[in-house]
Order: sequence, then C-alpha cells, then structure tokens
Amino acid sequence: MADKKGWHDLMRGADLPPATSLEYKTGSWRSMRPVFDASNCIHCMICVAYCPDMAIPITKSEEGVVGKGGRLYKGAVRLETNFDYCKGCGICAQECPTKCITMIREEEAVEASTK
Amino acid sequence: MATLQEIVSKQVPLAPGHRMCSGCSIPVIVNTIIAASDKPVIIANATGCLEVASTIYPFTAWKVPWMHLTFENAAAVAAGIETAYKAFKKRGKMKDDVNIIAFGGDGGTYDIGFQALSGALERGHKFLYVVYDNEGYMNTGNQRSGATPFGADTTTVPAGTMSIGKTQWRKNIVEICAAHRIPYAAQATAHNTLDLFNKAKKAFAADGPSFIAALQPCTTNWKYDTALTMAYSKLAVETNFWPLYEVENGKVHINYKPKERKPIEEFLKGQGRFRHLFKPENRHVIEEMQKMIDEEWERLLKLEESQVQI
Ligand code: SF4
Ligand code: SF4
Repeated sequence: MADKKGWHDLMRGADLPPATSLEYKTGSWRSMRPVFDASNCIHCMICVAYCPDMAIPITKSEEGVVGKGGRLYKGAVRLETNFDYCKGCGICAQECPTKCITMIREEEAVEASTK
Repeated sequence: MATLQEIVSKQVPLAPGHRMCSGCSIPVIVNTIIAASDKPVIIANATGCLEVASTIYPFTAWKVPWMHLTFENAAAVAAGIETAYKAFKKRGKMKDDVNIIAFGGDGGTYDIGFQALSGALERGHKFLYVVYDNEGYMNTGNQRSGATPFGADTTTVPAGTMSIGKTQWRKNIVEICAAHRIPYAAQATAHNTLDLFNKAKKAFAADGPSFIAALQPCTTNWKYDTALTMAYSKLAVETNFWPLYEVENGKVHINYKPKERKPIEEFLKGQGRFRHLFKPENRHVIEEMQKMIDEEWERLLKLEESQVQI
C-alpha cells in the first residue's frame, strides 16, 4: 500500500438541496377527494396532525376565522386542502370530530368544476 | 403540556411530494417526533420505507440534514455523528447543541440493524433511535420480520390449509433495548400525537441513548382501507395488542390503561393479513393470541406495580 488514501480522497456521495420533492405532485394519485366545509370546522388540528402528506396547510390567525356555530376561531387555523399533494387517503374525513370533511369521487369533482 | 395546536405549528421536517403510500402513517410519526425537538436535528435513516419513499433521486422530501444509510448501520452512523459532533464542539468548531435521531423500520431494527443498535446503546451515545414498526418488510412486499405478529399472513410464511401464518410471537424490542440500561425506552403509536410528542421530549432530555418503538399501521400490507390507519392504531392500543408505556431508568410506567380492553378480534377484523384467522378451523389461533395478549398485559402491570428494574 504505497499510496495511502485518507477520507478526503473518498468519492463524495450525492448531495441534494432540501425539499425537492415539492416538484413531484402526488395529487395525481388521488381517486377520492376530501371536500372541506369550513362552516363546520372547530380548527382542532386533528386532520392537520394526521395528514400523511402535509396537504392541509395552516396559518396563524390573530383576528380569527368563522367556523362551527358562527364562532371565531383564533390561533392555528386550517386552510383549504392542497390538492397538488393530497393523495385522497380519507384519514382526515374519517377522523374529523365534526364530520366537516366528505370524500367524493375525483371524477365528480372534476366534472363539477368543468361544467 | 403541549397542545395539538402547538405541535402542528412547530418545525415540519418533511415536505409534501414524498412517495409513501396513500394513508401511510410514517410521516405522521416522523413529524411529531421532530416537532418535539427544540434544537436542530440530524437524521440517520436506515434503508426501508421511509428512506426509499422520502428520497428518490433527485427528489427528497427532507428539509433537515439527513443521511441515507444501509439497512444495518443507522445506529452506528448516528453514534459516529454524535462522536464527531462532540469532537467539533470540544475544538470550538461547533457551538449549538443538536439532537441526533436514527430512524429505521422494523426490518432495519429488530433484525438487520440490531447489532449496530445494541452496540450504540451499550456504548452510551446520546441519540434517539426510533423504529417505525409496520410489522414486516413492507417496502419489499410483506416479508416476515422479527416484529411480525403471531398469526399474520406474509409472503415468506403464507397462510393456507397447512399454515396459520407466522407461528412465533414478536420480539419485545422495547424491553430488549431497556435491558441495555439506557435511561429511556418507550412504546408509542401513530395516532396518539400528544403521547408520542411527550415521549420524544423525554427521549431528547435523557442523558444517554433513548429508544422509541412507534406502531405504524401499513395500509398496503396489513391490507385495510387507507382511511382507517389511525383507527387501527387506536384499536391496537384499546385491545392491549400494543400497550403505551415507557421505561425510565429501568422502571416501567404504563401511559394508558384501557377502561375495558377490547377483544383482539376488533383489531384483527378488516385486516387482510389476518383474514384467514376467521375461518372456523383457525378459531383456536385467535384464542391463543388473546391469551398471550392478556398474559403480557398482566406481566406489564406487575412490572409497573413492583417497580422492579428491567
Ligand atoms: S379535523 Fe375537522 S374540525 Fe378539526 S381542524 Fe380538521 S376539518 Fe376542522
Ligand atoms: S385525504 Fe389524506 S392526503 Fe388528502 S388531505 Fe385528507 S389526510 Fe391528507
């Protein structure tokens, strides 16, 4: 072993910048679509914590948003589902305590929007 | 005590666009654990579902420093990162503290990576090892692992007229890890976000190695409707199939005791991997399973009551 090599000489592994998966839109996997009824939401954050695809965005609302019972909900509140990534698993609809998410067939949603 | 609102507002390490199956509970486990870290994290990830589905070159869902490793060496690399970090700190090259986390599936933890895990726990490196436990080699299509439960149908031990599926009970990985005399080991699930968050907090605060086994229902190979992932996670706890407990400095504390434990059938039914157990000739398998679960629960209660060191 004449030419001893150190770790500096090893081939570098592949480096990737963070979150490049954002370019890959998994929404095309969906066959069922969650329809969100904001007027019945209590902003409990259960659907947000349980969504495997981080497809339910949240924001901090100081002034509050109107939800169930016409009440104002402040702090962390959920927004409309991000259909670029939602895979339509239905966990959010299954677990929502107020049943304000309904699953419909994706074709129905597409038909309704192109009418 | 953190609220769900606070937890979901913390750092989210995974971006959307990953390719875990629809209804998979791995991202939920990963997000909850990392949300519990007040420090920056460095992730060592064994080959497995999380690794292959989060990073398909040139795509990656990770927003935090992350390393793709082989099946067997996640714990060894985490130990190396910790040692290097300590050396850098000593020389003044790094200032802030970090939390080092290794993630492995049950194949990479109970079986292939076990030697490296045991070594790292024994040497006392300060890091958290998390197994997301879907009870089999799921990313390669449901082969039996040391975590696969008794009676489950897998492609390597298929159920049929001459077979009930797996005939051994799973390894008790939490007690095995606790037996290394580490300060903190715990069993958790995907659905109980607050419990998992609190356990991760305790693990990060531990002065030494820590270990969390999180049950991760797998829609593809447990074979159930994608919407029911959290429902099965709950049933696993309500039937005492997967008790929520922790072992702090060798002492057992049960975090949740079902008021009335549900019969194991409620967890089994609707899962394709257990469908064969509902045939009349396999009735005895369910009975045996129920007996084992009840005995294990009694044993756990005794460990808690006596505070005998594991
Ligand atoms: S689970 Fe239901 S009520 Fe809770 S935040 Fe989500 S949509 Fe609103
Ligand atoms: S259907 Fe599934 S992926 Fe879509 S928003 Fe609900 S939980 Fe998330």
